[in-house]
Amino acid sequence: MIEVKGLRKSFTLGKRRKTRTVEAVRGVDLSVAEGEIFGFLGPNGAGKTTTARILCTLLEPDGGEAVIAGADLRKDPGAVRTKVGYVPQGGTTTDEVTAREELVLQARMYGIGKAEAIERAEKALAAFELTEFADRACRTYSGGQRRRVDIAMGIIHEPKVLFLDEPTTGLDPQSRAHLWDEVRRLRDTGMTVFLTTHYLEEADALCDRIAIIDHGEIVALGTPTELKHGVAGDVVTVGLNGSGPRAAELLDGHDYVRKLELGDDGLRLYVDDGTTAMAQIMRVLDAGDIHFDTVELHRPSLDDVFLIKTGRSLRDK
Amino acid sequence: MKFLRDTWLIFTRQMLLVWRTPARLVIGFVQPIAYLVLFAPLLKTALAPTGAQTYADAYRVYVPGLLVVLVLLSGFFAGFQLLGELRSGVIERSRVTPVSRTALILGRAFSEVVTLMGQAVVITVVALPFGLTVHLGWLMLAYLMLALMALMACALSYAMAMLIPSPAALGPLINSISQPLSLLSGVLLPLSLAPGWLVAIAEWNPIYWTTNGTRSLFTGNPGDVSVWAGMLIVIALAALTVTWATRMFARQVR
Ligand SMILES: Nc1ncnc2c1ncn2[C@@H]1O[C@H](COP(=O)(O)OP(=O)(O)OP(=O)(O)O)[C@@H](O)[C@H]1O
Ligand SMILES: [Mg+2]
Repeated sequence: MIEVKGLRKSFTLGKRRKTRTVEAVRGVDLSVAEGEIFGFLGPNGAGKTTTARILCTLLEPDGGEAVIAGADLRKDPGAVRTKVGYVPQGGTTTDEVTAREELVLQARMYGIGKAEAIERAEKALAAFELTEFADRACRTYSGGQRRRVDIAMGIIHEPKVLFLDEPTTGLDPQSRAHLWDEVRRLRDTGMTVFLTTHYLEEADALCDRIAIIDHGEIVALGTPTELKHGVAGDVVTVGLNGSGPRAAELLDGHDYVRKLELGDDGLRLYVDDGTTAMAQIMRVLDAGDIHFDTVELHRPSLDDVFLIKTGRSLRDK
Repeated sequence: MKFLRDTWLIFTRQMLLVWRTPARLVIGFVQPIAYLVLFAPLLKTALAPTGAQTYADAYRVYVPGLLVVLVLLSGFFAGFQLLGELRSGVIERSRVTPVSRTALILGRAFSEVVTLMGQAVVITVVALPFGLTVHLGWLMLAYLMLALMALMACALSYAMAMLIPSPAALGPLINSISQPLSLLSGVLLPLSLAPGWLVAIAEWNPIYWTTNGTRSLFTGNPGDVSVWAGMLIVIALAALTVTWATRMFARQVR
């Protein structure tokens, strides 16, 4: 549904003498299948919004190709426009008008006739549980209600692909869960959803496949499970009492230990199969006469993936 | 035709916004009406050398000048609103749709023009009890001239806003253009009171001609050279600035 090859875009900042070039997107390749929720995960300034705006025809790329729902981005941006919907990061409701007026206008801008636009607005309001507020000025809406109006505007013309730029930023957990359900519902109607986020949980729980982007480049791509398994099958954390360095020395070099990291919370061992590795680890520690307080087995998270690929954590920002 | 339909769509939307923010509309009235009530009465004596003998004569000279100031200055500020809408994402939201790019800018300009003309009508009506009398046909022609001036000012302001997309820099630029244009056009007092050298400079100012044209229509001299010269000038300028603004807009926002 979306095929992107070698997409790049840089911005030039500053005036004449003091110019500085920011390479926002540096050769992005990706392919999104019909009817999937594709997540674009990355920290601030990674190039998520820039990529989404290029794919919606809002920005001209410096290089690369993209075909969206069969339409070529460069040769036929007009055809792309009728096939994609875009919900920008900040939202675009106007304070003075009502949700119904916003929806009718958006439909009319897609060339839909008046009667049909009114009908579609009515349906969208019902689908997003907005009917109750439909005739109140947008100024009076809560953050979650506004976001729902934004999404309803994005799909009013029944696009094949919907781009959602950080749809849940700033929402409380309950509204977020509600929005996730709505996105899943859209996917279940056959729509392809491309969403950007910097929330690990969101990428993990909501997306069928994700690409992790950092500094304009994709550093990892796959289903959340694949990505996490690619790092390691399991993570064993051993809580040690001061004897951490000696334990690390003893365990390093064993072939079932893929990678090992000594941190504040103890020794983290990335292993393929947690249950067998755990027994082996305990045997080694026993033989070395090392006391440990706790042993925990858990699955690697997407943060572990980001950590391994970039050396930084997505969490501490 | 798609372009006309889209322009109408954007126009009606912008008019709805004007309607929903009456405060802006009222602020637009306050100043001209204050001038009309508090300043114009001084004019009967001031304008005596031009042959004005009654309040009606004074108002016939003053009201058209006031209207020119209104449409020019307010029109010049349209660019700020466009900048605001470019920033807030309202225009971005339109740009993902196949709506005509020209319509996005023309619909906005027309709504500004219609709003300004509405204000112009109210000001004219307010001036009636002060003794303003004017031939209805010539008044309509004067309104047409004013509407074209408003369109020109809006389009110029839009083009400049896209050239210099920073409100802080746009303000001084607009001031430095609108100040000499209005001073050298005799909007407050007709330049027939001015020394010859000032008139010689003013004759190079297109607004001088349109102001005089509007004034001649109000005073019932439709045959004056400034009427047709002003009309031709303002048509040409409006066409030029609208073309410039739509080109700039289409290039910037694709
Ligand atoms: N119009 C622009 N002009 C100049 N630089 C820009 C522009 N838009 C984006 N950039 C730069 O490009 C880089 C990528 O920005 P982008 O908005 O795509 O990041 P993002 O991943 O969406 O970040 P966030 O999570 O903060 O939304 C940043 O360094 C940003 O400063
Ligand atoms: Mg962003």
